[in-house]
Amino acid sequence: MDHFTNPRNVGDMADADGIGTEGNPTCGDAMKIYIKVRDGRIVDAKFKTFGCGAAIAVSSIVTEMVKGKTLDEALAISKEAVAAELGGLPPQKMHCSNLGADALKKAIEDYRSKQK
Amino acid sequence: MKKIYLDHVATNPLLPEVFDAMVPYLREEFGNPLSVYEYGMRAKAAIEDAREKVAGLINAKPAEVIFTASGAEANNFALRGIALARQNEGKHVLVSRMEHHSILNSARFLEKSGFAVTYLPVDKKGFVDPETVKKAITKETILISVTHASSEVGTIEPIKEIVKVAKEKNIIVHTDAVATTGNIPVDVKDLGVDLMSMAAHQFYGPKGAAALYVKQGMRIVPLIYGGIQESGRRAGTENVPAIVGMGKAAEIARAELQKRMEYIKPLRDRIIDTMAGVDRVYLTGDRDKRLPGHASFCVEYIEGEAMLLLLAAKGIFSASGSACSSKALKASPVLLSMGISSSLAQGSIVFTLGMGNTGEDVDYVVNEFPAVIKRLREISPYAQGWGDREGGGEECTVKE
Repeated sequence: MDHFTNPRNVGDMADADGIGTEGNPTCGDAMKIYIKVRDGRIVDAKFKTFGCGAAIAVSSIVTEMVKGKTLDEALAISKEAVAAELGGLPPQKMHCSNLGADALKKAIEDYRSKQK
Repeated sequence: MKKIYLDHVATNPLLPEVFDAMVPYLREEFGNPLSVYEYGMRAKAAIEDAREKVAGLINAKPAEVIFTASGAEANNFALRGIALARQNEGKHVLVSRMEHHSILNSARFLEKSGFAVTYLPVDKKGFVDPETVKKAITKETILISVTHASSEVGTIEPIKEIVKVAKEKNIIVHTDAVATTGNIPVDVKDLGVDLMSMAAHQFYGPKGAAALYVKQGMRIVPLIYGGIQESGRRAGTENVPAIVGMGKAAEIARAELQKRMEYIKPLRDRIIDTMAGVDRVYLTGDRDKRLPGHASFCVEYIEGEAMLLLLAAKGIFSASGSACSSKALKASPVLLSMGISSSLAQGSIVFTLGMGNTGEDVDYVVNEFPAVIKRLREISPYAQGWGDREGGGEECTVKE
């Protein structure tokens, strides 16, 4: 609840190294995650989210969890891990944590594709 | 912290007088109305007294009121009971797309049982056009069911005009008046309907008591078979305390109806007028022909459940028709049927006022609500516009 009422890392990132967008407003949830990468580690993350309380809380916790992690460690973050970090999510809200993990994955893929 | 209940369309608190009237029937007056000795006779008398009061509220005869356990039951009873009673005359039913799930899902049940159902479209304000009804009628049509007012957008439907169209073809008309009975004048003779659903907890009565008005002489097949309660049309030992409460609530509603409307309308108007000044907040439903305590909006670029939760954190309790706030995770079919885009429908928020609300409550809400909107827009990636996402087109699949 705290991550919903006081979300961390809200905002855009002009000089992001990777951006991942997942979801669609017509479905009720859409997430945009920005990451900054130095020496293979995520040093900063920000997000913008359109969605319910759980979606916002998930975005907040995911951007907190990835900071300091290597890209591979960040990719290994599962929706269960996200939900657990929030102290659990009701079953009908589990797709929100999925959305967070997927948006993060896309941001990392975006970063890697730019490195090639 | 302040606690401001603005979800009266979900349910209302019980009036103290109603509670007091119910108490004896939860204690010493526990008799079964079918029993022939004094306990039974007193319980029976209490139910009949309540029936008279409910009939009085809607200008019906007491014998035309059948008690049920919920508005949903009354709606199920009306649709299925009339369809089954009249199936030899035709197997076509008309319902609007604005209906409550208890009507829509009963209609789907009828479809599975071999009936044809036409779902009547509504316009942008949520009105069912009587001309559309006229065009949808076929030789097979036996029943039309249109809500008196939608609880989601508050629009009051032109039931009298729809009845006029139906009566030219001798078609039975039911209206779901759960949101209106006890809140605006509801007169079955004036409306001209054959059947009408109502629920006590929508006018400060208890949950567990509701009723279906069935015009005298109308044949209806029961939903629940058993004993001879409710003239054999609705079996099961009566919920005496709840029915007594419904009677008392109906009596008070009848006496106070004008006063209630005069009190509540200006509060509603202040919410609507203030929110009209907030950028990209749209009133849903009609501005004037709407429930007196009903203010519903769609807020662009943010989602309803998030609004609802942030408002609740400030002690304001409201409702939303967004996908996330529904158990089914689907945007409100009522809003979509009005032509509102599925993105905008996610930003649905509904405030419904009651007699317990004050001008101070409204001051607080019109002050806090724009702040909540601003905050969520700061978090939203679409605060500058939907961009290329508005068209949708992508399948909304919930990943497991």
